[in-house]
Amino acid sequence: MSKLSRDDVLKLARLSRLKLSDAEVERFRGELSEILGYVEVLDKADTAGLEPTYQVTGLKNVSRPDSVKPYQALAKELLKNAPAVEAGQFKVKRVL
Amino acid sequence: MDAWPNLADIAASVNSGKSKAANLVEKSLVVLAEHKDFDVTISTLEERARTRAYEIDKQVESGKNAGRLAGVPFIAKDNFLTFGGKTTAASNILRPFEAPYQATAIEKLEAEGAICIAKSNLDAFAHGASTENSDWFVTKNPHDKTRVPGGSSGGSAAAVALRIAPFAVGTDTGGSIRQPASFCGVVGYKPTYGLVSRSGVVAMASSTDVIGPLTTNVEDAALVLDIMAGRDELDSTTIERHKSGYTDLPLGLKGKKVGVVAEYFDDSLQPEVRQVIVSAIDLLKKAGAEVSQVSLPSLPLALAVYYIICPAEVSSNLARYDGQRYGHFAPEAKNLEESYELAREQGFGAEAKRRIMIGTHVLSSGYYDAYYKKAQTVRTKIINEFDQAFKAHDFLVGPVAPTVAFKIGEKTADPLSMYLADIMTAAANIAGIPAISVPAGKDGDLPIGLQIMAAQGSDRQLLGFAKSFEEIAKW
Repeated sequence: MSKLSRDDVLKLARLSRLKLSDAEVERFRGELSEILGYVEVLDKADTAGLEPTYQVTGLKNVSRPDSVKPYQALAKELLKNAPAVEAGQFKVKRVL
Repeated sequence: MDAWPNLADIAASVNSGKSKAANLVEKSLVVLAEHKDFDVTISTLEERARTRAYEIDKQVESGKNAGRLAGVPFIAKDNFLTFGGKTTAASNILRPFEAPYQATAIEKLEAEGAICIAKSNLDAFAHGASTENSDWFVTKNPHDKTRVPGGSSGGSAAAVALRIAPFAVGTDTGGSIRQPASFCGVVGYKPTYGLVSRSGVVAMASSTDVIGPLTTNVEDAALVLDIMAGRDELDSTTIERHKSGYTDLPLGLKGKKVGVVAEYFDDSLQPEVRQVIVSAIDLLKKAGAEVSQVSLPSLPLALAVYYIICPAEVSSNLARYDGQRYGHFAPEAKNLEESYELAREQGFGAEAKRRIMIGTHVLSSGYYDAYYKKAQTVRTKIINEFDQAFKAHDFLVGPVAPTVAFKIGEKTADPLSMYLADIMTAAANIAGIPAISVPAGKDGDLPIGLQIMAAQGSDRQLLGFAKSFEEIAKW
């Protein structure tokens, strides 16, 4: 299960929105297979009757009143890191 | 290395007008420049630091108290959002990023008069154990330039060891505060999960990320924690601080029940490290602690659990870097799809890509149950074993890492061998418990830390115990 094929890596790259070079595909195929091989040690662990733990604080449904509050940063500052801005909005490539 | 006084003493001196914040900032900048060749920091926030120092000195002159950290210079790991310069997380994809707001932890430290001098180096996005995954440069160990400072908070640990500033802040997701603290010979504290707000800190693995101090002594770590700890509306995973705070600590070793974690003393433990840890445990015994062996049989699985949960959460957290709203973008992209792919391909280093793809794999349908759900279930098993151990013991002790600081380049060719550097620290993150690295001895020039862990929420007891150990372990 842990041995990844070239196609597996290309699929993961595609899902991850990474445009890997050919050299990277080969390199990651080996490295990722090795890492996945290591974590397979968990297969042998007996977890009968145990539930997964997704978080450790025990907090549930943390909410706040639904009210408008002033924000620390202004819209202008939030846009200052954008590669392209037009009319106070993020400008991206055509979607359709 | 010219020492700084304790944080409380520096602040008292500034508040009484005896020393000036402006001079402390200059002193810190001078020491930083003297140690330029260690590549500790990515950027320096001199202008903002000088302005803040001026304001603090003015405040004191007008008769006001400037806070519990008045004029105290500090270094922030470059994954904390700060004003006054760039915040890059040592990654190419955030190279141009200027934070529009500051991390809650930084805001709280500044509210008490602390002054951020510079941003320290880390493995990009905190992915690593040596700073060698930084997209900038490798930080050198203050005790041996051919060796790593540990990581990912390697720059923060080295900064404190080199006395560039009296304290630094870092993040610990699988050991990233404790392991560099051990390698550099400083105190590194990982609080209970949720005790310090993560708002404004570049997210890595959200269910194990914590923020903590790196200092030259436990008392300073406790003061910095006391200032940063507590609920924050901007981070819904934060927990209540202890009503007694974290500075008036319960001290003493006598009668404390200490469990020596058997699983940490296997063949992978370097003999020199073993010797220092065994001597430290002997000191605890002599001081009246009730020391016994304890076994947590699933502990050897903690690293495998970590290297499923961590990349899973990394792949999700790094999905936001799409080259559209901030960070590196690829002007040559011909369409929207390609603008994502090129920004991420060019902006992420090899380790980020590895974690993103591993995470994507373990979360994908068909593999989710076998990897992710299984890991979270083994996590429960590990937590149960810790709970059991803490029924009989107040504290658990062991090494922080199996070795002293390793050579630069020693592990870079094999990513899995680098992951193994976290083998003794990751369990505390998985369980959300507090843990600390306190200097315990040396192998030649190379420092070795003792790791002490306590039950969730026992931060006060842990810091008090660590402080008591520190007093008998002066070396």
